[in-house]
Amino acid sequence: MSAARVGVVTFPGTLDDQDAARAVRLVGAQAVPLWHADRDLKGVDAVFLPGGFSYGDYLRCGAISRFAPLMEEIVPAAKAGLPVIGTCNGFQILCEAHLLPGALTRNASLHYVCRDQRLRVEQTATAWTNTFAAGQEIVLPVKHGEGRYVADADTLAALEAGDHVVVRYLGGNPNGSLNDIAGIRNEAGNVVGLMPHPEHAVEELVGAPSTDGLGFFTSILKNLVNA
Amino acid sequence: MARVIVDVMLKPEILDPQGQAIARALPRLGFSGVSSVRQGKRFEIELEGAADEAALAEVRKMAETLLANTVIEDYSVRVEG
Repeated sequence: MSAARVGVVTFPGTLDDQDAARAVRLVGAQAVPLWHADRDLKGVDAVFLPGGFSYGDYLRCGAISRFAPLMEEIVPAAKAGLPVIGTCNGFQILCEAHLLPGALTRNASLHYVCRDQRLRVEQTATAWTNTFAAGQEIVLPVKHGEGRYVADADTLAALEAGDHVVVRYLGGNPNGSLNDIAGIRNEAGNVVGLMPHPEHAVEELVGAPSTDGLGFFTSILKNLVNA
Repeated sequence: MARVIVDVMLKPEILDPQGQAIARALPRLGFSGVSSVRQGKRFEIELEGAADEAALAEVRKMAETLLANTVIEDYSVRVEG
């Protein structure tokens, strides 16, 4: 059986693509570099949208990236079931592209926050969190200036009622997000966005606060192997 | 040639920490009598032709598509001059 192929997208200004690709390889999958200006998903089985400052965060975080040629391929593929995860700037792009509801706005404190963050995995019925235990507490790095999740009251109620909140902040909310939301999923569970960085927490050697991030990568591998 | 202005503001119910920080700074600088500040964006769009109804409809489409995120922002369009 050939290895599962996970596409890692690079926009101008993306920072975390190399860490994401490394994490994909660590769990035994193949990392396939995808370039924002191409219209080719190269037949990947899943897509990782990494963090950074794509297009310099001009206009709004993710607002320009959303219209990249590659996104025109990713959006319909995601709607058709392709597993897609966005972390940090990737989450912002998924919201701007309306693959996930709501938006990410300036941290309530106005400070850029960079710290190890406790989280609770609320939802394991997704392509990206199925190897966690429901309610499992994990620690991942967060590093962002615009991570405050907001949505209107109806959307928020629907997210909670439908169990679409995937991860929630514990031990202090770093950005003032509504309902302490750190990450959400779409209805089908194939699209997940979160502000924390699983790809930075996969190896103890580099001083990561945990290796809890590996769970997101083992989840997608399990999802693809069983598919 | 015509200039069309698009103003984009966070919806009233969305917290604007930048506006709040400005409002807090003003008294320190000796400005009094300000009860609140909201910060937004202004786009100046130069049209090649006249700002007729068709052109304004196109500008509204630009605002909906790119200039504003209507999930969290409202926009208004007006012709300058």
